[in-house]
Amino acid sequence: MPDLVATPGQTVGPFFHHALPFPGDRELVPRGQAGSVRLHGYVYDGRGTGVPDALLEIRQADAGGAVPRVEGSLRREGAPFTGWGRSSTDLTGHYWFSTLEPGPTHAGAAPCIAVTVFARGLLNRLFTRVYLPAALEVLDADPLLSGLDAGRREIMVAVREPCGSLRFDIHLQGDRESVFLTFPRHPE
Amino acid sequence: MKSVTSTITSARSAMAGQQDISVEIEKIHADAHVGETQPRLDSPPYRSSLLRHPTKDLRHADPEGAELVAPVFGPSDVDPLEADLNIQHGGEPIGERIVVRGRIVDGDGCPVRHQLVEIWQANAAGRYVHKRDQHPAPVDPNFTGVGRCLTDADGWYSFTTILVASYDHDLSEHEWLLGYRWDIVLIGSHATRMECPEDTHA
Repeated sequence: MPDLVATPGQTVGPFFHHALPFPGDRELVPRGQAGSVRLHGYVYDGRGTGVPDALLEIRQADAGGAVPRVEGSLRREGAPFTGWGRSSTDLTGHYWFSTLEPGPTHAGAAPCIAVTVFARGLLNRLFTRVYLPAALEVLDADPLLSGLDAGRREIMVAVREPCGSLRFDIHLQGDRESVFLTFPRHPE
Repeated sequence: MKSVTSTITSARSAMAGQQDISVEIEKIHADAHVGETQPRLDSPPYRSSLLRHPTKDLRHADPEGAELVAPVFGPSDVDPLEADLNIQHGGEPIGERIVVRGRIVDGDGCPVRHQLVEIWQANAAGRYVHKRDQHPAPVDPNFTGVGRCLTDADGWYSFTTILVASYDHDLSEHEWLLGYRWDIVLIGSHATRMECPEDTHA
């Protein structure tokens, strides 16, 4: 079997806004639907300025912890929950999704949402996770979180706002730089 | 006259800046180690990266849950006509017609099927349909420069479009080619692959 080299990544560049966003891209479920939650936040650069040309993609399980394998993300009209969405940031660096809170994908798992970050100035995509706020013992048992110090770990857990929304900021650099991930087989 | 002089001066300094950048890029290439196949996130010649690249090492993680299951796209997501960028409007776009096609495979050479492929590009004059593109070149009302398609059962994608001009408008090096092939290798953790023809043919 050949062991091929991955095609190099490259920046999404500054001119993706007429191509990648699409109607309903960030509404995995309609806003206001029973059980829906707003996941939102800002993408910041190393000076703490909002990044106006970033794009986030999320992938997640449904409320029961099952990861959907159904089409329909690009034309959501009438489609079931697909577990995938995309949100570009606005001029202030703000993004938002309307989605479901994922359940644990296996017994005892800490529920989380996988995030891919693209931006002008980023020469390759980045990966991180949004962990849902959960009981300490659940977060303690997570293989990734349990290996992080308290400060880094807190950065990976979304904050529940009084209105029920989940707030999760992404810092590309700085004291609160996000915990970006690499996975087995990914080239360095 | 003063404004002309200052324009010339700023053009000269921009050129000098570009030369500095080229030297920095050459140095990175010269320093690259064997097996380094991905762009460096910390890449100073790309000025926009200075405040946007992570400074901490990437954290090794084992993929879990949703990270193991690629999003699924199908016929309800993409109209086959979206793969022809030259028929999105009422008229013919300006420029040389080309076909860009290729195969998407994983690290084992197996086709990545029903993969969503999205492209965007500038028009024949080098201008993007984007309000932040201030490049002094005309917009083509018959060309938006956006296409989507899904790979077929053997991993092939294909787009019909027009040849994009280079950003610097140096048209002298364009060759008269009808087709371009661009194969892509994806390395990932997704566990959704069907059987690989290489397996079945073995």
